[in-house]
Amino acid sequence: MDVSKYLDLFLEEAMEHLQTLNTGLLNLESNPNQLNLLNEIFRSAHTLKGMSATMGYDSITQLTHKMESLLGKIQERKLLLNQEIINTLFQCVDLLENMLTKIREGETPNVDLKGLLDKLTVLEDGQVVTELKTKSDLEKNVKRKNSQEQQQETLEIQFNEYENSVIHEAILKGFNVWKITISLSPDCLMKGVRAFMVFRNLENIGEIIKSVPSVQDIEDEKFDHEFILFLISKQEQKEIEAALSISEIAVKNMDKVKSKKTRANLPQDDVKMNNKTTFVSGNKHKVHQTVRVDIGRLDKLMNLVGELVINKTRLEQICLANDVPGLNEIIEQINRITADLQMVVQNVRMVSIEQVFNRFPRMVRDLTQELGKNVELILEGKDTELDRTVIDEIGDPLVHLIRNALAHGLESPEERKAVHKNTMGILKLSARHEGNRIIICVEDDGRGLDLEAIKKKALENNLVSAAQLEMMDEQAIINLIFESGFSTAKVVTDVSGRGVGLDVVKSKIHALSGQVFVETKKGQGSRFLIKLPLTLAIIQALLVKVQEEVFAIPLANIDETTSLETNQIKNIQGQLAMLLRGRVLPLVYIQNILEVPGDKQAAELNVVVVQKGEQKIGLIVEELIGQQEIVISSLGKLLSGLPGIAGASILGDGKVSLILDIRTLF
Amino acid sequence: MENQFIALKLSNEEYAVDILAVKEIIRWTHLTRVPKAPFFIQGVLNLRGNVIPVINSHLRLQLSVTTPTEKSRIIILNVDDLVVGFIVDEVIEVITLSKEMLEKPQLVEGSYRFIKNIGKINDRVIIILDLDKIVDLNLY
Repeated sequence: MDVSKYLDLFLEEAMEHLQTLNTGLLNLESNPNQLNLLNEIFRSAHTLKGMSATMGYDSITQLTHKMESLLGKIQERKLLLNQEIINTLFQCVDLLENMLTKIREGETPNVDLKGLLDKLTVLEDGQVVTELKTKSDLEKNVKRKNSQEQQQETLEIQFNEYENSVIHEAILKGFNVWKITISLSPDCLMKGVRAFMVFRNLENIGEIIKSVPSVQDIEDEKFDHEFILFLISKQEQKEIEAALSISEIAVKNMDKVKSKKTRANLPQDDVKMNNKTTFVSGNKHKVHQTVRVDIGRLDKLMNLVGELVINKTRLEQICLANDVPGLNEIIEQINRITADLQMVVQNVRMVSIEQVFNRFPRMVRDLTQELGKNVELILEGKDTELDRTVIDEIGDPLVHLIRNALAHGLESPEERKAVHKNTMGILKLSARHEGNRIIICVEDDGRGLDLEAIKKKALENNLVSAAQLEMMDEQAIINLIFESGFSTAKVVTDVSGRGVGLDVVKSKIHALSGQVFVETKKGQGSRFLIKLPLTLAIIQALLVKVQEEVFAIPLANIDETTSLETNQIKNIQGQLAMLLRGRVLPLVYIQNILEVPGDKQAAELNVVVVQKGEQKIGLIVEELIGQQEIVISSLGKLLSGLPGIAGASILGDGKVSLILDIRTLF
Repeated sequence: MENQFIALKLSNEEYAVDILAVKEIIRWTHLTRVPKAPFFIQGVLNLRGNVIPVINSHLRLQLSVTTPTEKSRIIILNVDDLVVGFIVDEVIEVITLSKEMLEKPQLVEGSYRFIKNIGKINDRVIIILDLDKIVDLNLY
């Protein structure tokens, strides 16, 4: 079977399962008694195994198989969860990710698995041995077995760990647990329906935690004339019997179940974790139905909607010119529908930032372990949505910032104690909307940026001269950390400090037409703010007219606009300039830069003041048409990299207008 | 083996392009000039929401420039996943040429490098364009 066409799908899904594994393991690490977490991890490993077997990736299959059997043992309580197991499982996940990356790059994922596989085997067998070694453990084990046997005798039904804990909790809380044997009259025709009525009535007065055979089988009428239910309820026997007065149904037997096995019997001192299991009733995740769509198709859809809007405008114009009865009404309708359609299509491209944020708990955990720090990671605003294109790009800069905060910003527990701070450092990552921008914030309560160290470093690396440094204010000095070749780490570590950190962050964010700011207070921490446009595909722009041509200038680059009469233009040694509120503003004619044909002379001109780096420049145009949201299209391979042109956009009249790139215009 | 071509007119000479490279043929439409683009790029056009660069074939093939007329068309070509427009004075017809009717050009200097083959039907001589070279910006 040719599976290559499923490769994309496989990779995407596999990555999702890895994410589930990561999240699941992290949760499990903090709540080791939540067996439902284990189930989720187990399921993901199992699915991954199946998927990779189908695709023919034996090494992944092998590894996941081994993981699965280890997890299975834990699930059956034959094995105790400990830090070593969790760490090993994390290693497995890392290796799997590694292999998937290789597959994505078109290589065969042949990694040396032996070490890890051996480790898994050792863990799988070894621990049972150690568990049996100590006498007390042995006794516990025997006791546990006994109790299980007892339970089996009385109930003849084996509960799993989860059900046991539920039963136990219920009894503790003063509920009764009833074992009810229901029999149906032998001539009953619609057994499924009768059984359903039993379930429905009982669920009104309590909760059914188990049935023998399973609910599914009962519904499918896969039973003789008897089934057993376990009901948790506050009601007494009489009330329950009353609820079960259904024709063709008889209660054959009804017993109270006692919790024979208490949680205290379970040895769990291996993992020092808090027992947080709560009385869970119906722990159902709401699953949204989703469809995986190629981003290219969405782009196409977006284009077509744009085209529809343009044609709608034309229709409107025709309608205005010719008074056709009834046409107006229809066009109104079309107007509304296209507006809705446009909204929907734009929203489809939006993805919540959660998928980026989800990577970080794991990363922070690993790094803090490695660095010996105590850090709590707080994630806020996970639901904030932004365009898919931005999501794909924002991950790396955030990784840099988080690594920096952990390596340089946050102190070690000892240091924190010395300055009377909580030994647990706080790293906060948040995202929120602000107008049509999104703000992502990486904040720590560490030592803050050291101004003196920055100055010293900047001088050492010849980023500025001492004289320049004298002139700079505090913020300007802080901003030096974004210059290339800057690194404040005294020791170069694996984590951070290769001197390529923050300038990469800055250039990446600029490439996304965003900005990055830093605020810091010595001893109290620092905060990095990233401001990004919601989408890269749609921007706010000012349309200007130069002779007969219309250009779009991104609003992000524009400081202000002002009008100007030709006689106000000054000539300073060949450089045109004007006075703007007492300051000299250099001027350039867009017509000259862009070689626009035409010689129309206007007495009154407009000046668009743009910011290029630190410099302000006035662009002379004839006419300001107005501000508009425009969809950016690429000019294609043939015309890429032209100086001064960022791309093209199709305007309402169907004509193509070029978007100016201020950074490379002059 | 037979191949189909679209025969077209440029400055009163007859040319042809491989029909498999032709996506569609559209009427003359508004083009937006692109500053600092290569000299033979006339501009870009909007083809149902896609921005497509358009090559001025006269400039590209160093022919005398003509002004657009009623018969002028823009042939939308797809060359190696690169979609470009190609301005022609007139689209004539679809022609079928067998291998025997094609001949390698003897002349290799100058603009002749854009010629892939010379096709002959009776006394008609048709220049078959090498589209890969026409969209190659490194060739002048």
